[in-house]
Amino acid sequence: MRNIFVVLGLALVAGTPAAADTIFVSNEKDNTVTVLDSKSLSVIKTIPVGKRPRGIAISPDFKEVLVCVGDDDQLDVIDTTTLEVVRRMDTGPDPELLDIDHKGERVYVANEDDGYVTVLERVSGKVLAEIEVGVEPEGMSVAPDDKIVAATSEATSMAHIIDTTTFEVKANILVDTRPRVATFTQDGKHVWVSAEIGGTVAIIDASTYKIVKKLHFEIAGVRPELIQPMGIVFSKDGKQAFVAIGRANRIAVIDTATYETTNYILTGQRPWHMALSGDGSKLYTANGLTNDLTVIDIATLKAEKSVPVGRLPWGVAVKPD
Amino acid sequence: MPFRGTTAGSLVAMAFLAALAIASRGQADPIRVEPDAKPSLTATIVYLTKDYREPPPLSLVDKEVKDKGIQGARIAIEENNRTGRLLGQHYDLLEALLGPDASPVEKAKQLLAEGHKLIVADLEASDLLAVSDLPEAHDALIFDVRTSDDVLRQEQCRANVFHVPPNWAMRADALAQYLMWKKWRHWVLIVGKSSADQGYAEAIRRAAKRFGAKIVDERPYAFEAGSRRTDTGHQQIQSQMPMLTQGAPDHDVVIVADESDVFGDYLLFRTAEPRPVAGTHGLIATAWHRAFEEYAGTQMQNRFERKAGRIMLERDYTAWLAVRIFGEAVTRTSSDDSKTLRDYILSPKFEVAGFKGQGMNFRLWDQQLRQPILIAGPRALVSISPQEGYLHPKYLTDTLGFDQPETKCRMTANASKGKE
Repeated sequence: MRNIFVVLGLALVAGTPAAADTIFVSNEKDNTVTVLDSKSLSVIKTIPVGKRPRGIAISPDFKEVLVCVGDDDQLDVIDTTTLEVVRRMDTGPDPELLDIDHKGERVYVANEDDGYVTVLERVSGKVLAEIEVGVEPEGMSVAPDDKIVAATSEATSMAHIIDTTTFEVKANILVDTRPRVATFTQDGKHVWVSAEIGGTVAIIDASTYKIVKKLHFEIAGVRPELIQPMGIVFSKDGKQAFVAIGRANRIAVIDTATYETTNYILTGQRPWHMALSGDGSKLYTANGLTNDLTVIDIATLKAEKSVPVGRLPWGVAVKPD
Repeated sequence: MPFRGTTAGSLVAMAFLAALAIASRGQADPIRVEPDAKPSLTATIVYLTKDYREPPPLSLVDKEVKDKGIQGARIAIEENNRTGRLLGQHYDLLEALLGPDASPVEKAKQLLAEGHKLIVADLEASDLLAVSDLPEAHDALIFDVRTSDDVLRQEQCRANVFHVPPNWAMRADALAQYLMWKKWRHWVLIVGKSSADQGYAEAIRRAAKRFGAKIVDERPYAFEAGSRRTDTGHQQIQSQMPMLTQGAPDHDVVIVADESDVFGDYLLFRTAEPRPVAGTHGLIATAWHRAFEEYAGTQMQNRFERKAGRIMLERDYTAWLAVRIFGEAVTRTSSDDSKTLRDYILSPKFEVAGFKGQGMNFRLWDQQLRQPILIAGPRALVSISPQEGYLHPKYLTDTLGFDQPETKCRMTANASKGKE
């Protein structure tokens, strides 16, 4: 804590506060979103939200952070300037994870308890479609061209590719047990799907919908059943992928050209979801069991610091400087 | 949100209800997209049970539940069908819920003759053995969702039977690991009169030996068992329980073996020394508990309560899991042939998720499901075993129950695969 005060003090003395990202962390057990300043890593505000906040995403214009509050069956919308919940959107039962299209027009929500993907108009909150997928949908990712969306169903062990024009499911792809997260590569050619219990990441061709590669993880001294891949984030240049290996308390670093795992970075316990800083130089991980956020430096692949947030931190969103 | 709950064949009703719900939100109808239903494979799973006239639970807090197990199976069938619809597979649950005087063996004969080989057996041990020993059942796939008897995993194991619930040895080991972690090494064991009580007590003795605890005294429960409405109210129990436990050598915990649920709850707060109670009552080892929420357990609890209108009990969980195992095997093999499914379930490829944070599979030597076990008090989860530090070269969960070197199971040839 002393360091934080020193940093703040210096900033005040200098009179030109260093520009910084704003980090938003959803705390599943606290019903809050912790807001941190990326430079000082101090808490700016703790925002009360609805019950069981998990999935969190920022709009492309960075004006709004949307949080799935599962037990309230809605999305809470946080104004990133005032840091207050300014409106709520009805999503249908138990929203867990969401993604926003790149135009910022639509929100895609996984209704976990109910086996649906709900599509909402972002501004009005109007429900455009409800698409039946498998049991316990979770992963949700909009392709870079906004034409398709990938969802996963945990209990069905599938990735679903949804056409965003017709809202039809174009493909159901069996992956390993309990797929949690889907993330498109920046070029839109592949979608990576992590299977928590299966312990793998399936890399699916986004045009043929076939699995082209399956990643396995082995960590010396870590039991195979603790290898539970979860969040997936790509580096800004797309050359590296970061996969949170929840119960192994590590982030796997994967070379996206060779698909080799080059490094495992220790974090707090059960890193779940992650986000990159605005300039792509840092990776933030939400660590569910140690109630903190780990900051990883991308250049050195070192965990620099862990800072406390709320209880059972789940997801991270970043508003760039 | 009941308006979105879907079951096959209720699409019209659902669309109507959904429209109502949307209208109430003051919005136009959204597009609803349902997958096509053109099953190319229909797998029928039999649920076989009978009304065994179980005694009512000792505590008046626990409701008498008449549909234990089957409710879990119904939910799993729905889940299988949600997955199946996307793959052109359909699942039927054939419910054979027999009355108190019917014979499960006769019913099983009839079902097997009709070609139904995939069976969820919610049967007591003797009926389970009788069904599995039917000549017609030699190539059946029977999932035991009810018994904990060790002998069914040992001398009386059967090649066509897979056990989903943890057996007594697994439960006792799970509890013992936690008690040792607490350094509560000295136990007084109180044993009821039934053979199940004796079986559980034997598992406790074995666990004490394995993990280095000491049973400093062992006492039978010699009183006439009360009922949930004791004739004389609490007064008699208040004096009975201290008598039962007084004068024992120094001990850390009282272990109760009361599988029949006739006195276990009465020991809590009534022991002669102020000691915690564990075993079949107090601190228990179980596959499922309402207070469990980790590893997405909350989703299952919510889903169950919405559909069944009551909390999910252990047998609901084991029945749910058995039907999900069938579903998982059918999904991955695109077959409902019992031999194909059996081979897949015993292959290294098989794993099933059951909200325990790890894939689960079967021990090849006795076909018992490997699983982490919840350690729970009456109202809260306390821990999950195996405990930290209990190591095993292959599976940490094999520190619970009968590991391969200890197995007394010799499966007969007909359907048995090579043992690991």
